[in-house]
Formats: sequence, C-alpha cells, structure tokens
Amino acid sequence: MADEGSGSILDKLRYWWDTPIEKIFDKQLASLTTELNDYNYDDFGFSPEWVKRSLLFAALIYRYYFRVELYGAANLPQGRAVLVSNHSGQIPIDGAMISTGLLLEGDPPRALRSMVERWVPTLPFVSELMPRLGQVLGAPENARGLLEREEALLVFPEGVRGINKTFKKRYQLAEFGSGFMRLALETNAPIVPVAVIGAEEQFPSLANMTKIGKLFGAPGLPLLPQLLVPVLGWAPLPVKYRIHIGEAIRFTGDANDEDIIIEEKVKAVRERVQQMINYGLGSRRNIFW
Amino acid sequence: MSAKKAKKRNILITGISGNLGRILARRLHRDHKVIGVDMRPFKNGPKDITVHHADLRKKRCEDIFRRTRIDAVVHLGLLHNPLLRADEHHSFNIDGTMKVLDYCARYKVPKLVLLSAANIYGARPANPTYLTEDAPLKAGLQYPEIRDLIEVDMLAQSFFWKHSEIETVILRPVFIVGPNMKNAATRYLRLPVIPTLLGFNPMLQLIHEEDVLEAIVLALSEGAKGIFNIVGPGAVPLSEIISELGKKSVPVPHPLAYGIAKRLWRWKLLRLPASELDFVRYICMVDGSRANDILSFKPRYDLRDSIRSVLME
Repeated sequence: MADEGSGSILDKLRYWWDTPIEKIFDKQLASLTTELNDYNYDDFGFSPEWVKRSLLFAALIYRYYFRVELYGAANLPQGRAVLVSNHSGQIPIDGAMISTGLLLEGDPPRALRSMVERWVPTLPFVSELMPRLGQVLGAPENARGLLEREEALLVFPEGVRGINKTFKKRYQLAEFGSGFMRLALETNAPIVPVAVIGAEEQFPSLANMTKIGKLFGAPGLPLLPQLLVPVLGWAPLPVKYRIHIGEAIRFTGDANDEDIIIEEKVKAVRERVQQMINYGLGSRRNIFW
Repeated sequence: MSAKKAKKRNILITGISGNLGRILARRLHRDHKVIGVDMRPFKNGPKDITVHHADLRKKRCEDIFRRTRIDAVVHLGLLHNPLLRADEHHSFNIDGTMKVLDYCARYKVPKLVLLSAANIYGARPANPTYLTEDAPLKAGLQYPEIRDLIEVDMLAQSFFWKHSEIETVILRPVFIVGPNMKNAATRYLRLPVIPTLLGFNPMLQLIHEEDVLEAIVLALSEGAKGIFNIVGPGAVPLSEIISELGKKSVPVPHPLAYGIAKRLWRWKLLRLPASELDFVRYICMVDGSRANDILSFKPRYDLRDSIRSVLME
C-alpha cells in the first residue's frame, strides 16, 4: 500500500478504481490469524467478510478525508497486546482510524478489537455490526478472553473524560482508569502506547455541559460552535490525523496489587502517551495538512 | 476420566418418558439397570427397563427408593411448559425436586445429576460474551415463568453444599437440538418461515442431543461433581442457522414483535411468553471450558451437523 500515498488526488482516485477493491482487502484479511469456525466467525462473532465490506468506507475516510499518516506500525508486537491511546474529538473516530490504519498498513495487518458501552447491544443493526467488526461489550471477561486468544485490544483509559475534552484542554491527557493495567498484568500482555494527533481539532468544544447532558442520560454535552453552520458544520472538520504507535512496554507484577502500585504503572504509561503526543504536536506542520 | 468398564449400577431416571429421558434410557440400559419414574406412559422402550407410573410428589415414589438400592439419580422430571397454570408448574418442579433430593439424602444415593439449562442465566444486553458457572441466574428478571427452573437449580446447589457425601452434578446445557427434541428452540427453528427481530442477529449455541447424553454419562462417572455449562461445537449468528436449514426469515421490528407476541401469548396462541424473544435479541452464551477440563467433555457433533439435526425429525 506504500506507493499509493504519493501523487495527486486524481492518481489516488484512479488507484482505487483501477485496483479491484476486493483484491486489496483480501490480501489484508488473508493475513489475519484469528481462529474462525466453519461459518467464518470467531468465538465473539467477528467476521472478516463484514470487515471487508466496511473497510471500503473506512478506508476512503482514512485516505481522503482525514489523510491519515501512520507511524510506527511495526512496533505492534505479534500476538496479544493492549493498545493504549489518547481519546479525543467528541465522537470516537480516533478508534476507527487506528483500527483502519493497522488493517491497511500494519505489517502484518491486524484487526484490532475494542470494547463498547453496555447499552450498545440494545440498538438494532448497531448491535449486529459491532461484534462483526470485532467490538465486544466492555466486560473484563471479554477483554481477558480476547487477549487469551492472542488478539490486540485497543483501549482508551481516559474514557468519556478524554473524548469530551474542551478545546482549551486539547492534548492534555485526562485521568487514566487502571483497569487496562490490571488486565495486562493478568494476561501478561505488552502495552503499546498510541498517540492520535489531529482528532482534538475535528470538533472544537467550548464547554462541556455535563449537567444538561445528564438530563438526557448522556455522560456530557459538548458546546460545538461549528454545528451552527448547517450541514457542512455537522461533519467533523477535515483535520489531518497523525497516528503514532509507540514501542511496546512490558510490565510485570501482581494484577491484584494495591491501587498505589498499579497506579504507579498506569502513570508510567500515561506519561509515555503524553510524551508521544508532545512529540507529535511538535513535528506536525499544520492542523489541516 | 477413563471409561473403565464400570460396574452395573441401578440408575433411576425421573421424567423417563420425555424426549431426552427415552434416549438416555436407551443409552444406559445395556450397561446398567435403568429404573424410570414418570406419570406419562413409557412406550416401546427396552424390556429390561422398569418404569414406575408415579408422581414424584407422592408416597409411591418413595417406595422405589426404599425397595431398591439406587446408585444414581438422573433428574430430568421437570416441566418447561409456560402454558400450564403457574401453581401447578411450580408445585411439579419445586415440590418434585425437593422430594427427589430428600430421598437421595435419606436413602444415601451416592450420585445425583440434575439437568438444568443455560438459558436460566438470561439473555441480557449487558451479558459478557461467555458466562461462566458463577454468573448470576438472571433470566427471572425477564420472565417470571422461568423462575421455578432457577429455583430448582438453586435447590440442587444448596443440596450440593449440605450433602458433601453425595456427588451432586448440575448440568446447564445450551439449547438442545436433535431428531428427538421438541423444545422451544427446535419448534422455533422448525417453523416454515422463521420470524426474527429486525437489526438483531445474536450468536447462538446449540448442542446435539447425543452430546448431552454423553455429558450426562460423564457426570455419572465416579468422582464427578459440581456445576457445569455444557456447550456444543461453538456459536454462530441466528441468520447462519436459518440459512443452513434452508429456511427464510421474516425480520420484524422489535417493538412490533414484542407487541404481537404479548397478545398471542395472552390469547394462548403462542406457547412462549413474549419476553422469550430476548433469546433472539441478546446473547446468552456460556463458557464450557470447565466441563472440558474437569469432565473431559467434548462434543462429537460439529457445528454443521448439530444445526442440521434440527430438521431430522
């Protein structure tokens, strides 16, 4: 996929039309190591067929809307791993772009697995789509099960605190939860820090009206000036995404250690992600190109 | 657990005239003396099986234990028919089970196997993909009709703790299918056109009836005790099962489907309460690794054969 990043937009479009899409993705998907049953599903309902279909859409956004640059894909180790990323941008496009990137440009391509909120299974269509694309309900048993099956799990320890950040606090990591660290220790999985640059600017938020959001059962409600521009403003700004995959860190210790010991380790990961963000911010030319 | 040529045992099967009871009796009668209890007639069974036409709750049933040395009880005599009056249903299941447990304790039966079911965990949106044996039994939150089956499981659990001298095994198999089965799952999958819920396509686990018999046989072996989820050869989305069976499905928007089902159930045109639709909406899948590790249970039928067996009536 390396040669197609060069040239004009027209060249890129031609690449997409000229090369049968099926073929591109078959190459990507053939290298997946997930164990499938006779009907081509894994134990959690993941389906490469569905991934292939959705990947067309995701890849177009990846290449031509956010023009993602992915650095350090080779840092992702084989087998089980917990990818820990910053979370930003009001809607979770960052997760989709990291996953798309590692599927298109990973060496070998990997399909990341991630966790969804507990109400997602109640939604028609979404409840079916999510497991097919490798997303499972956010339960510790599921995370453990996936890592034991040598999958790579993408987590956002900031949670909603991260994604709902206001513009003023952009690129300042919110507090990290510690569940991912206990999980990594328990399953002996390496932690791979990830920094996403660009997503913070896709939906600049002036304030997070938590109280009003809570009235509607949402964890927060961002104040987004761009929504005042009809239609065009409803889409995220076409910022340029830069995704940095860092070197894997291995932690050892007891998963049931006291909070203080675990939090030390969590802090180390958080600092590493923050360093990578700072480096990424320092090296980018512009928000949009 | 090696299948040593075990000595001939006297095995009592409650609910022997049921679909599973009949095939279990056939499976066991060559190696063991099989004694059955059922109120229903036991037709065309092997001659060497003695069947007592008795109600578990009545004194006649106790006489069986008093007169014969029973080496193991397989308790299948449970009702799963929501159309029956709730009090009758409850009394048959709870009082019947309590009597069986009581006889086992008083007549020192060394082995008790209860066939419970995995659906008592309940199909719920917040379920982890695979439930282990220690997950709470929450199906009663969805529909009260299943509560006495949960209670039966719990009775057996407390019996397990109270009577450590008796090897109590609780098996919780996933949906049982096969040529002899006539349960909610097989009736649903045998419909000419299968209604589904629009936008929902949960993963389901099925197990072949022969594999369930195998699990019961392993549970009867010496030393086996505890609670075990019994899982077939894996899980597939409902839509794959339907297309493997060569059937068409009609997706119905879920608010409409629940509304219709509720009315049909009220008019007794439907055998299942509307809330059972949750089983084709959310997942209720269980982790079978405990049975694999401790009982060495492995299903023999693969996914395709298990699914196809639905139509081999």
